Amino acid sequence: MKCDIILAGVGGQGILSISTIIGEAAVKKSLFLKQAEVHGMSQRGGEVQSHLRISDSYIFSDLIPKGKADMILSVEPLESLRYLPFLSPSGWLITSSNPFVNIPNYPDQTEIINEIKKIPNHIILDTDSIAKELGSPLVGNIVILGAASKFIPIDFVDLDIAIRTIFSSKGDQIVQLNLNALKAGRQAV
Amino acid sequence: MEKLLLLGDEAFAQGALDSGLSGAYGYPGTPSTEIIAYIQNDKTAIDKNIHKVWSVNEKTAYESALGMSYAGKRVIVTMKHVGLNVAADGFVNSGLTGTNGGFILAVADDPSMHSSQNEQDSRFYGKFANLTTLEPSNQQEAYDMARYGFELSEKFELPVVLRLVTRLSHSRAGVNRTAAIQEKSLALPTDSTRFILLPANARKRYTQLLEKQKDLEKAAEVSPFNHYFDGDDKSLGIIACGLAYNYLMENYEAECPHPVLKLCQYPLPRKYIRKMYAECQSILVLEEGMPLIEEMLSGYLDNGKRIKGRLDGTLPRDGELNPNIVAEALDMTVPKEIKLPALMVNRPPSLCEGCSHRDLYEAMKVIIDKIGVGHVFSDIGCYTLGALPPFKTINTCVDMGASITMAKGAADAGLHPAIAVIGDSTFSHSGITGLLDCVNEKSNVVIVIADNETTAMTGGQDSSAHGRIEEICKGIGVEPAHIRVCLPLPKNHEEIVQIFEQEIAYEGVSVIIPRRECIQTLKRKAKKR
Repeated sequence: MKCDIILAGVGGQGILSISTIIGEAAVKKSLFLKQAEVHGMSQRGGEVQSHLRISDSYIFSDLIPKGKADMILSVEPLESLRYLPFLSPSGWLITSSNPFVNIPNYPDQTEIINEIKKIPNHIILDTDSIAKELGSPLVGNIVILGAASKFIPIDFVDLDIAIRTIFSSKGDQIVQLNLNALKAGRQAV
Repeated sequence: MEKLLLLGDEAFAQGALDSGLSGAYGYPGTPSTEIIAYIQNDKTAIDKNIHKVWSVNEKTAYESALGMSYAGKRVIVTMKHVGLNVAADGFVNSGLTGTNGGFILAVADDPSMHSSQNEQDSRFYGKFANLTTLEPSNQQEAYDMARYGFELSEKFELPVVLRLVTRLSHSRAGVNRTAAIQEKSLALPTDSTRFILLPANARKRYTQLLEKQKDLEKAAEVSPFNHYFDGDDKSLGIIACGLAYNYLMENYEAECPHPVLKLCQYPLPRKYIRKMYAECQSILVLEEGMPLIEEMLSGYLDNGKRIKGRLDGTLPRDGELNPNIVAEALDMTVPKEIKLPALMVNRPPSLCEGCSHRDLYEAMKVIIDKIGVGHVFSDIGCYTLGALPPFKTINTCVDMGASITMAKGAADAGLHPAIAVIGDSTFSHSGITGLLDCVNEKSNVVIVIADNETTAMTGGQDSSAHGRIEEICKGIGVEPAHIRVCLPLPKNHEEIVQIFEQEIAYEGVSVIIPRRECIQTLKRKAKKR
């Protein structure tokens, strides 16, 4: 078993939280994991990505080879397209539909959605609405993780446990909010 | 022992903590910052009062670390690759003095310049200073090399260079810990003269350093981190350094038909190189960085065996490696890529909404409209983003502190006004000495110290001149009337423009200090409350 995921988004949107949760769950299950992330200048509102690799055998490269990713998991629609050269032809593109517009030349949103729909295996989810219903616009990243969880070879309950572990220092309310977001994302697909 | 999920930087930090570390020194710089950040948050390090405060710059960090080693304790010093340029004086000379307590310089290179001004390869520094360089290929090795590096350093009484790269520093994997050992006790060097580099001593010490080279090479030949894997297909031998080994094995799914030298400890283990050169028809050198080994093997005239790598075009001359680039170098078919849609646009980094630098640059735009473009010398930090739209307010960014000194040189040449924009942390790192030059010559410059009260770009580390910037400027000799503090907020726009106009009109050294806390550290503090 191996699962290579490209996480995509804009600096500050919480993609590192997604990889921390998957990472925690994978390590608890004694799976091998490598996760390359971006720090520094690009975190200032620029494009950010993380290469997340899970396997039951040793992983050599920290970076996913082009054309081999099993999934692009994105919290922003334009960013979901940026790493398409990494996606395997049979891979999944799972993204939030909510644009983060911080550049003057942001492309037409309908055209972006049309490009996403060209990928045979795709899921587009209005994570903002779901997150708002749950009471916090900040958990959109966990909603999209919930949506992707069906296609990640880690049991849902293990992601649930990982969230409890990682957010435990922030109090029960935050833990519950994130658990609800994970569940809502899962149920939305 | 427990298995931890750690970044490469953190793995090395944990390794050092478990190996009797007494002190960590450094200056923040991507991708090295997380080493000391990890130690600062480590409960054991806090309880044991291990030194972990950020230094003013890499030079002061390096020398402090050398002092701790002199006193017999195990110490690490951390910096990014260009930081080693700042510390180079002490670094090269420490090869001559040697060390006492185990000493590891952890230097993190940034090939492809994700967050840097160049992609210099620190292995060259290791060779230049005649020292051992360790280059971990994965997080576990980064952990293990801490203890190994201390032992090596103490055995040879020399500093050990540990070279990290972005993709290891900032990549996480599971790491197995070994049982922690105790700190060393205070113990002065047995030879009381070796740290005195008077020419007579230095010549002696340099000869001794050169004599040690064959032993360092032997250590690389028996290193647990260097491996020669034989292969049946001798049409090609492959030397894979550090991280490049992973990209190679990724492509062969762990079984490579060619002889492979996995190289993670320098100086070059000649025994293995000789064997490969004798047995293989050609050699491919995979280096995450500049072509150090390739150049050594091919020689200036390139008249020996065919050596492939970055110099002969088999690999790109610059930039980091990845599995695909290595696959192409091995003539493997690479999978078809899905093409990027035509609508794709870049999303460059930008100053945060609400950042104080935005208000500074809004005011400076008004000034630039009046004085014309080309007058603003800047520096390394978040404010460098002022180079991009919508601001386009700065004209230079070279190295830490260069804003003040370049503005001075341009003013010396007759450019008026000559404006420098430098951050508070960069000012304390390398700006103070340049400001003294300006004061000594009464240079006609306007120095803007954009004070967001932190080292923002690297994630909000303490800024060493915090709360003392005016005092420092006064102490150096800047006229108090021309040290102007303002609060960069949209409502103060007119006032800031006026301050600029007044100080540009003043013939001499002016310092303008727009001061408002970084919006990121402010948010973090609010969350904590």
